[in-house]
Amino acid sequence: MKKKIIHGRNKEFFLFLLPSLTGVLIFVLIPFLDSIRRSFCSMGSGKFVGIKNYKVITDNDAFTLAVKNTTAFTLCCIPLLITISFFVAYAMNKLRHIRVIKSMLLFPLAVPTAVLVLVWKMLFNDAGYINNILVNSGHESVRFLHSDPVFWVLVASYVWKNAGYTILLWLTGLAGISSSVEEAARVDGANEWQLLTRIILPDLKPTLYTITIVSFLNSFKVFREAYLVAGAYPDDHIYLLQHVFNNWFVNMDLDKMAAAAAMVFIVIFIAIVLLQRAWDKEKR
Amino acid sequence: MKKIRLLIIYFSLFVICAIVLYPVMLVVILPFQDADELVRTLSPLNEFTGKYVQIDYIAQYPTLNHFKQLLVYTPEFYRVFWNSLYMTGTILLFQLLIAVPSAWAFAKLRFKWKTVLFNIYVIIMLMPFQITMLSQYLVLNKMDLINTRAAVILPAVFSTFPVFLIYRGFSDIPDDVADSARIDGAGELQVLWNIGIPLGRSGILSCIVLSFLDLWNMVEQPLAFIKDKKLFPLSLYLPMLDAVNSEKMLAASVITLIPAAFIFIIGQDYLEKGIIASALKE
Repeated sequence: MKKKIIHGRNKEFFLFLLPSLTGVLIFVLIPFLDSIRRSFCSMGSGKFVGIKNYKVITDNDAFTLAVKNTTAFTLCCIPLLITISFFVAYAMNKLRHIRVIKSMLLFPLAVPTAVLVLVWKMLFNDAGYINNILVNSGHESVRFLHSDPVFWVLVASYVWKNAGYTILLWLTGLAGISSSVEEAARVDGANEWQLLTRIILPDLKPTLYTITIVSFLNSFKVFREAYLVAGAYPDDHIYLLQHVFNNWFVNMDLDKMAAAAAMVFIVIFIAIVLLQRAWDKEKR
Repeated sequence: MKKIRLLIIYFSLFVICAIVLYPVMLVVILPFQDADELVRTLSPLNEFTGKYVQIDYIAQYPTLNHFKQLLVYTPEFYRVFWNSLYMTGTILLFQLLIAVPSAWAFAKLRFKWKTVLFNIYVIIMLMPFQITMLSQYLVLNKMDLINTRAAVILPAVFSTFPVFLIYRGFSDIPDDVADSARIDGAGELQVLWNIGIPLGRSGILSCIVLSFLDLWNMVEQPLAFIKDKKLFPLSLYLPMLDAVNSEKMLAASVITLIPAAFIFIIGQDYLEKGIIASALKE
């Protein structure tokens, strides 16, 4: 290794990094590796049991239901969030004075979930305000907090909370598109749609990848809404992986938790690596 | 023609903003309504007798009574508020003390394994809480910290997200600026203090705003690691209060919203910068 004089202070990095690294090792890295090791053992006796714990959870009804729901939820909410926020951002990009609009759309990010619990119930309860409007305008009432509708209520509250920053990221991406290329295409007679599909969207692919990662990771935080509104055992349609983890934790099913944590870790890790790959390819 | 199109865009954005802010508006207006008026809003939630929830947008008899009930006759609310403030404040303070120097090391110092280590930090940052829940529990349990505030505070202090965000701010500082100070004989700590922190201020402030908003809304960690209801933060206390006295809960909701709204308003520029810096690569 070449050492330039100016960077000859390499020893100092250690002191700078030490507090953070110690904490990360003690609270995250070492215990996590340990929990992976434990996933192949029995918590009580500590004996090696191979993949038994993994078999137990994949046969577990609660776990398979939660995997199914979480997958469905992710596959619904992310494309929906990305599309809606793109169109809003695209429209906003045509305007000059968007500061106030931007703040209003970002505000849900600042609202603590617990603050909204009662309002959510007022709106979506069987006897709630939306049903009041539906019934009074001659429609059937809908049981929003049960079966299929509750799934969509959760999707909607996810979109509500996360649209603001997704729009912000799209706007940043849109601002990066050179206006001269756009002008040139317009002069050549491209219409709005051609401009969008041929020039703007291809240019925004890198933005799309990062937005996908961020919204995927934030999708895990809908547990807050689901838990605070519906408790530890909500309707089967919104029983998510986060509930399983929480309930296993409450019951001290640590064997299962260890195996599930390792499995979910691998899945998320692979998903991120694939997205990153796709993104890098695009850059070249 | 173009004007009409602009008008349509403005109008649809106005509708979208109205929908987005509608629930927040309810949170703000309802606690000022008289108990008799709120009955029509709240009682159908407990018992459905064929009457649906009604919402009055303009209070017939505006009152501060629920706030009085909460702030004068509910001393436990102060304790809970303090729990939230104490946890959020302590975590933020130590996060910064720990993240700033390590972010500087990642951004401006050279050492072996830097890229590998940094990638590990990013992966940790990207993992949802549920994945590290068990491992955190095992450590906290060994340290005998379960059911204390420290159980929530300690792991959060070492979150790698602040390191990443502040690192982004430090990376934007040109190397020459730091180098010229080093040539003048400044120690690395002096370089960080005199050059890094002032020039990387925006990254640090973004981190404060984003972290505050997330910590103020913390649910998963206290739910898992704190059993004693006396130590609950606001986010777990509000649903409990709702079960006992919904009017008080409405008042408590607004008060919970105030600090977050305040930080949002004064820190909005940094919030936006932080969101962009944490997601988009240049």
